[in-house]
Amino acid sequence: MSGAQKPAGQKPVGLTRQQMCNRLAAEFQDGWIVNLGLGIPTLCSNASFGDRQIIFHSENGVIGYGALAKPGEEDLHLTNAGAQYVTLNPGAAIVHHADAFAMIRSGRIDVTVLGAYEVADNGDFANWKMAGQKGGGIGGAMDLAVGAKHVYLAMEHTTRDGKPRLVERCAIPVTARGVVSLVVTNLGLFEVTKHGFLLREIAPGVSIDTVKATTGGRLTVPATVPTVRVAGA
Amino acid sequence: MKSKVFASCADAVRDIPDGAVIAYGGFAAMGAAPNLLQALADQGAKNLTFVTNTPRGSPNFPAGTPDFGLLCERGQVKKVICAFTAPTRASQIVAFSKYYEAGLVEAELVPQGTIAERLRAAGAGIPAFYTPTAVGTELAEGKETRIFNGREYLLEHALPVDYAFIRAHRADAFGNLQFRRSQRNFNPVMAMAARTVIVEIEQDILPVGAIDPDHVHTSGVFVHRMVRIKPPPDAWWPVAGKAVES
Repeated sequence: MSGAQKPAGQKPVGLTRQQMCNRLAAEFQDGWIVNLGLGIPTLCSNASFGDRQIIFHSENGVIGYGALAKPGEEDLHLTNAGAQYVTLNPGAAIVHHADAFAMIRSGRIDVTVLGAYEVADNGDFANWKMAGQKGGGIGGAMDLAVGAKHVYLAMEHTTRDGKPRLVERCAIPVTARGVVSLVVTNLGLFEVTKHGFLLREIAPGVSIDTVKATTGGRLTVPATVPTVRVAGA
Repeated sequence: MKSKVFASCADAVRDIPDGAVIAYGGFAAMGAAPNLLQALADQGAKNLTFVTNTPRGSPNFPAGTPDFGLLCERGQVKKVICAFTAPTRASQIVAFSKYYEAGLVEAELVPQGTIAERLRAAGAGIPAFYTPTAVGTELAEGKETRIFNGREYLLEHALPVDYAFIRAHRADAFGNLQFRRSQRNFNPVMAMAARTVIVEIEQDILPVGAIDPDHVHTSGVFVHRMVRIKPPPDAWWPVAGKAVES
């Protein structure tokens, strides 16, 4: 389900996509309203939240959706923003699109987790248009990026040909400027600070040198870097 | 009062002229109106501009369901105002993208929340508004900005349309609408933004008064034409199937 970290023929390095999302989901606090972007971030909803109650918000106005619908039990009037047939948790509500985005822009969403092609060490990020592409796919990302209280990214550390995705400045058109606070990649967990990227945790089996060699932009590596806990992943 | 109930989708779209601007509802198939879109493809109006979340079609409709690829193929589309022109995964094939990338159809990319609010504003008598969305991006180029309380905002204009094609679950003969679950999405604001609102209705149209006033999502004030669509498989309906995410 989580897919390969690298194209066929290359050995996956570090965290799986589910482990990446589990790590970000560990940051969610009880009662948070959470919006998950397309792609890798969707996997955050599979994480174990224990006693924490998390309310999942979807751009199409579904507030409080639950697990994916079982095959044969789909409600053909109900999907999340990823077009997946979902269930509703107790206390769910349906609003229209303008209200769903009113919640976003007015700061009611505690965290959004988005995918990205690039993130810069000043918190800019790019996820709607690839280099040289005509048009693109914005969806709700620009609204979420400026409206959510916290913007987290879940993304691969490098491109398929090994170039850094954590960079000094984005080379492709940005989604928003200066908004990202936390980034998880297959190599570790990075906080975006006023001094650039701070390596907070490193993936099991990955060396600091690998992180340094594959990260663009300013990177601070503390004297001690804990390993990402992947128990239960 | 003249009846708002039309016998067929063909009847309901018959007078749409070349050059019309049409808001097309729905999100991930729910609330979209492919039966009206099919009727418009058959009617043949050209030079059309659409406002819609995505011209990609949906994996939650059966193969062959009319989408913007069909209207492009028939040379009816001038422009689409939307939040996506490209697929969200490289493996997806989107018929519309081919026409767009070849320069045969124009597109204006707009953030999804800005589309919704521009429609809402048009339906609310508000000519323009300021939003924080897209500040500092390529989409802000050439747009008026203003600082409020130390933060920069972009001026965005209302987006009035000639027609809206939407779908609802239940309706009464006055046009009071009820949507079901995520079928609601853009449809209430598209109904507000349009001069003529055409609705596919999934159940038999009820007598006036049959829907509790507290349970009406879109007032019949906004609704002009309704067609009771046939149950599946005699009309286009969403199906259970493979969603876009893995």
